[in-house]
Amino acid sequence: MAVCMAMTAVLVTIDEERAVRALREAGANLDRSQGEVFLDFSSVRRIDSAVLQALEEFACIADERTVKVLLRGAQVDVYKVLKLVKLTGRFSFVS
Amino acid sequence: MTASETVKERIQIPLTPDSLSAERIAYLEGIVRQAKTAAAVFTQFDQQDVDRIVKAMVLAGLEQAQYLARLAVEETRLGVMEDKVIKNMVASEFVYNYVKDKRSVGVIRELPERNLVEMAEPIGVLFSLTPITNPTSTVLFKCIMAIKTRNAVIFSPHPKAWHCCAEAVRIMYEVALKHGAPEGVFTCVESPTLADNAYLMKHKDVGLIDATGGPGVVKAAYSSGKPALGVGPGNTPVYLEKSADLNTAVVDIIISKTFDNGTICASEQTVVIDNEIYDQVLKKFEDLGAHICNQKETRLLERTVIDPQTGVMQPMAVGQKATDIARFVGLTVKPHTKLLIAPIQGVGRDYPLSVEKLFPVLAVYRAKSVGEALTVCVDVNHLGGLGHTAVIFSRDEQIIRKFGDVINAGRIIVNSPGSVGALGAVYNDLVPTFSFGCGTGGGNSTTDNVNFYHYLNIKRVARRTQNHMWFRVPNQIYFNMNAVENLGQFTSQSTIIVTNPSLERIGHVDIVRRHICPKTQVHVQVIPDAEPEVKVILQGVEALNFYKADQIIALGGGSVIDAAKIMKLKYESPEADLEYLAAPFLDLRKRVVEYPTEKASRARLIAISTTSGTGSEVTPFAVLIDKEQGRKVTLADYSLTPDVAIVDPQFVMSMPKGLTADTGIDCLTHGLEAGVSTFASPYTDSNAMQAIRLVFKYLPIAYEHPQDEEARCMMHNAACIAAMAFSNASVGLNHALAHAFGARFGVAHGRANALMLPHVIAYNASVPTKFMPSPYTQGYVADKKYATVADLLGLGGHSVEEKVKNLIAAIEQLLDQLEFPRSIKELGISREEFERAVPELVKIACDDPSWRSNPRMPLMSEMAELLWKAYEGRGVVQMADAPQPQTT
Repeated sequence: MAVCMAMTAVLVTIDEERAVRALREAGANLDRSQGEVFLDFSSVRRIDSAVLQALEEFACIADERTVKVLLRGAQVDVYKVLKLVKLTGRFSFVS
Repeated sequence: MTASETVKERIQIPLTPDSLSAERIAYLEGIVRQAKTAAAVFTQFDQQDVDRIVKAMVLAGLEQAQYLARLAVEETRLGVMEDKVIKNMVASEFVYNYVKDKRSVGVIRELPERNLVEMAEPIGVLFSLTPITNPTSTVLFKCIMAIKTRNAVIFSPHPKAWHCCAEAVRIMYEVALKHGAPEGVFTCVESPTLADNAYLMKHKDVGLIDATGGPGVVKAAYSSGKPALGVGPGNTPVYLEKSADLNTAVVDIIISKTFDNGTICASEQTVVIDNEIYDQVLKKFEDLGAHICNQKETRLLERTVIDPQTGVMQPMAVGQKATDIARFVGLTVKPHTKLLIAPIQGVGRDYPLSVEKLFPVLAVYRAKSVGEALTVCVDVNHLGGLGHTAVIFSRDEQIIRKFGDVINAGRIIVNSPGSVGALGAVYNDLVPTFSFGCGTGGGNSTTDNVNFYHYLNIKRVARRTQNHMWFRVPNQIYFNMNAVENLGQFTSQSTIIVTNPSLERIGHVDIVRRHICPKTQVHVQVIPDAEPEVKVILQGVEALNFYKADQIIALGGGSVIDAAKIMKLKYESPEADLEYLAAPFLDLRKRVVEYPTEKASRARLIAISTTSGTGSEVTPFAVLIDKEQGRKVTLADYSLTPDVAIVDPQFVMSMPKGLTADTGIDCLTHGLEAGVSTFASPYTDSNAMQAIRLVFKYLPIAYEHPQDEEARCMMHNAACIAAMAFSNASVGLNHALAHAFGARFGVAHGRANALMLPHVIAYNASVPTKFMPSPYTQGYVADKKYATVADLLGLGGHSVEEKVKNLIAAIEQLLDQLEFPRSIKELGISREEFERAVPELVKIACDDPSWRSNPRMPLMSEMAELLWKAYEGRGVVQMADAPQPQTT
């Protein structure tokens, strides 16, 4: 018997100055019932290694909880960093 | 490099890191991951960011120069502390001075005249091996280069210099981090082993290996399969030539060879001294603190500082003071001896001191001549120093040049110290470095002084650029009835009229004669009315020479004018090799062969055309037949273009109907092919379009009413105008096919063109299987240009497709009017014969240069298909009522 669950989408806005904290909080609150989560990167111009680590951890939590992660508005410089560290496969990208 | 490094060369560096434990692999993976992340983050930095960090690092390097120098000497027991301070300062300050204003991020160079922009792309993770001889300075240098280029570096220092290098890395890293560099941008491998190095060299995330050290390390780097900068050992020859400033030379050599106790691999190893100054030079060395070894002392040095088994220097001597070496080997020298100088009589294994010696022992050689001196320097250069460094002291420019020519060294230092000179930016304008590229001679990928640009992938953004185009025609063209009268204005002592028998017979030659400037000596050279043969050309040249002609008048059709062009060429430049000049080319401006510009004689060429088709009177082409070789030779060069063209219709009034039709369609084909050519320009278009319009209007009249002066005149003009178009835009596939088919079956050129024309237009107007590279056009325009022709002719049609169809129909109707056969089979050529001929025709057409400007690149199968379409004939356009051209 198939179980139907109500799916909701959550939007998390990432602020460049507080990106690590925002990602960790979002990861902690990630709920299996959320079908997908949008991380809004549109105001992020640059990311550092701490943000990369936080993103990777977030992707792991999302995987465990079968939640799809969508990065919204990631600028190409940020996208290139994710590509270089081979993290793009962990996310979907929307404009 | 050091002797220990040299000895290591014999120990194979393992390329398979089998001996690594799981823990060690995890450790190495961790540092690579960290560096990779840092490099990725670094890509977001701009020029201001990196320059700010670099400046802070340089200041730290200067501040810590003495501290790091002391650490290096204490740990390695090599070199001179004071000199190592200088090295650290050069690695910081001089390098900074070189890089500070240079762009290394984003656009690094703009070349507007070439429409090129160069942009920098970081490499990512560098794996850097650093040497024992220049440990901290090399680390400072590489750290600054890496930050300048936004790369991360994993350092693996020489184990015997690990602590000082690790400290240098730590200092650089902390400053860089403090000023905003990404975390993990520098790492130093803890207790590195050969297996670690092998693992990292082959790691997929390492982008470049930068190996400074002994040949073993360099070889391992290059063998890893990764891009590598490997810079290794030297053996610097010095030529001290008799014209040199000896005081400067001796001091410079002492500075260099004693600098850091000779540990810089660019330092002098063997000084070859001219006989005339040899004793004087040695005396100067001695006066300034060198000890000149006698024969016995030299033998002693040979046995002790060079390993007799391997022939390379002993580790115990490397980087040691001259007095310490002397004491160790048992030589008695003065207390402050700077340098031990050992005279040698040859180079090679039998002369042990002729190899690299990274300590203050210098070999000297007495040369009896410049030739001997250079030979000995070459020998030293080839004894382990290929591609590295060489030094010459001389004031004789020729000898300096010769030295530069025969010596294979990335750095040839003139009248300055080798080691400090090679480092760059102190004694010369070489790029400052601590890594000397030794080129292929040293097994390296570069001969450069390695600097920041070697740490970059340079991207070139190449914008579309159009080559200059041209429109070249004779500078004087006289046209309309009786234009021949203009001949009178051209003064000449001796004129030769080149013509054919029929034109002489019908009185055309007499008309020309009447208008030649009075008092001109005139001779008529009658040639057969056929494509000119070499024999005919040479007879003409003989006549030109005999009469010392200063003017040639070519009166005739294309064959006569072509013959006159070649006669002029051979007359003015007797050495011109026609076969060589006919070599194939793709673009006239880039052609390999050059036409002669030196002229033995000069003659004006005036071309008077007696047909209205080829337009040879204004073209830069000439065809001749080489019967001996059984081939046709096409010459093309604007120097062949006649000086003056006379387009006088009185010479075509008597053209037979068939010739009128054939030459008229040739002219139409010229216009149409030039119009859609990949070399077409607005200049050629205007000519092509006008010629097409004139043909459609006047060719039927000239054909039906040969005595119609206006029609003849306009067709004569049309031929010349079309020729001006194709002289500059070339022709196309139609000509290539017509040349092949016409020659094989003896069909007149215009007629062969006519058989192909509707099919080739339909072919060019459809979507190409292969597009022809065409920098001059935007998109595919052939169909649109045909449509423009249709509009010009008032053929109607709404879409491009309709207009093209109408154009083809109008051409077919014109061909019918001119009573042309409309298929090859109508010529009586059997299907079997044609079938046998087609493969060869395709091969010949394929070799024909005409199609290379065709808008659509023809495949060989398509050429065969077109030939078959021409064989079958009609059916390209099915139209009930073909539109009538409305030309005005």
